Amino acid sequence: MIVRIIEFIGALLEGPLLGLGRIILLLGSTLKLMARPPFEMKSVVKQMLEIGVNSLPVVLITAVFTGMVLALQSYTGFKRFGAEGLVGTVVALSMTRELGPVLSALIVTGRAGAAIAAEVGTMRVTEQIDALEAMATNPVKYLVVPRFMSGIVMLPALAIVTDIVGILGGYVVSVLLLGTNSRSYLRATWDFLQVQDIYNGLVKACFFGAAFTLISCYKGFYTTGGAEGVGRATTGAVVYSSMTILISDYFLSAWLFK
Amino acid sequence: MIELRDVHKSFGENHILRGVTLRVERGESIVVIGGSGSGKSVLLKHIIGLLEPDRGSVLIDSADLSRMDEDGLHEVRKKFGMLFQSAALFDSMKVWENVGFSLKRHTRMNDSEIRDVAVRKLGMVGLVGIEDVMPSQLSGGMRKRVGLARAIAMEPEILLYDEPTTGLDPIMADAINDLIIKMRETLHVTSVTITHDMKSAYKIADTIAMLYNGVIIARGTPAEIRNTSDPVVSQFIEGRAEGPIILEGIEK
Ligand SMILES: Nc1ncnc2c1ncn2[C@@H]1O[C@H](COP(=O)(O)OP(=O)(O)OP(=O)(O)O)[C@@H](O)[C@H]1O
Ligand SMILES: [Mg+2]
Repeated sequence: MIVRIIEFIGALLEGPLLGLGRIILLLGSTLKLMARPPFEMKSVVKQMLEIGVNSLPVVLITAVFTGMVLALQSYTGFKRFGAEGLVGTVVALSMTRELGPVLSALIVTGRAGAAIAAEVGTMRVTEQIDALEAMATNPVKYLVVPRFMSGIVMLPALAIVTDIVGILGGYVVSVLLLGTNSRSYLRATWDFLQVQDIYNGLVKACFFGAAFTLISCYKGFYTTGGAEGVGRATTGAVVYSSMTILISDYFLSAWLFK
Repeated sequence: MIELRDVHKSFGENHILRGVTLRVERGESIVVIGGSGSGKSVLLKHIIGLLEPDRGSVLIDSADLSRMDEDGLHEVRKKFGMLFQSAALFDSMKVWENVGFSLKRHTRMNDSEIRDVAVRKLGMVGLVGIEDVMPSQLSGGMRKRVGLARAIAMEPEILLYDEPTTGLDPIMADAINDLIIKMRETLHVTSVTITHDMKSAYKIADTIAMLYNGVIIARGTPAEIRNTSDPVVSQFIEGRAEGPIILEGIEK
């Protein structure tokens, strides 16, 4: 009976553990190959455009409305105990510490993570990855490294944009719509904001960028089963990346903002 | 020189290769024939190290592929050109970039030189004026020939062709046979070709080997194979539905 239970648990864990092992190996070879020439700069730039620049419109819209609703909600809430003066502080701290990095990461995952998994997965099932290897080109170096590097660079960049635009959105709602005094709103924004808040937010964004590109590449790399498999890989990439972002966000926050 | 020693490969329960032993001498042109699904493409992928044998070993110029690290394997692969059965063109790149991929990666040639080589190689497979087209816009036979041009672009020592004439009209197929012969005569390449096209096999082969039930059951010159007394081989090369080879699920 006990053997049965252990076997059952073992079977249950086999898939996830195998996946985790492969991701760690992929991370290892990605880091190793990143330091080695040739540095595929053209490829990196292309991926930066793909991941960063093309995500900008959605990220901007999300950021501005998040800042706006945050200001609106905290204003009406805080008014109950006469703390309207703190709206600016709440918006600034929430955006920089939490929403800037996390929201932009989730949005980019939905767009670029899905695209990465679909592209790499298609290359896998149509033997293009085999063809790369047959032509003495390391597919991790050629496909994963540029995406990974772009993720690490572009997510902090997008997080900064989200921070700024979100704070602007909050300002617009508070000052123009709710009639808060502009100077005291700005004071509330700046007075309690520390460089640490922004910096730690960017560290998180960096981590999210590494996580979602790695998971999406991994899903693409191990795609089997034709077009249906590519579909599964794409969904899997978005689901696992989003989960990883949300879960690791808690632990990173607990560690960074002690 | 290519040598396979007792190579076994399974996918799950599916035991595909069951002890393949095969030696290809330098400069030899060997053709592997065998039924659909018998593991010919799997065999070819073992030769270039895309698949690893479960048991047994693959040696290229006496060096065991399974003993090599990533870098060693890449060095060995630079000796190879491979045409995939599906052509496996990079669909994010133009035709000439596909053909010139290895040149771009492994030589110091600049883009315009690479393009020139690509255009020349495309000419050798009868494709003119398509260098700026994307692979998705090509017909099946054209894709095959672009794949062929890509395989020969670096003028490799060893060429692996997975069904080079499938999907081509008879005249084009014969022109490709001539190209394969020319590659051997001018560049002295060692080649392994998979084909179902017996006419092409007789024409390009020094040696024909037949893969059946996961092992090489026959090996000989085209003349020897043509006059074989083995009922399995003779059924196959004559393309008869009746005989010792059972087609599962097909009612007679
Ligand atoms: N990556 C793989 N995973 C699982 N099974 C595979 C894989 N590659 C090949 N197979 C199986 O191995 C068997 C042989 O495949 P292979 O492609 O070598 O056949 P083939 O002899 O080239 O046939 P054809 O002449 O139709 O191209 C098939 O049953 C196939 O399903
Ligand atoms: Mg095949």
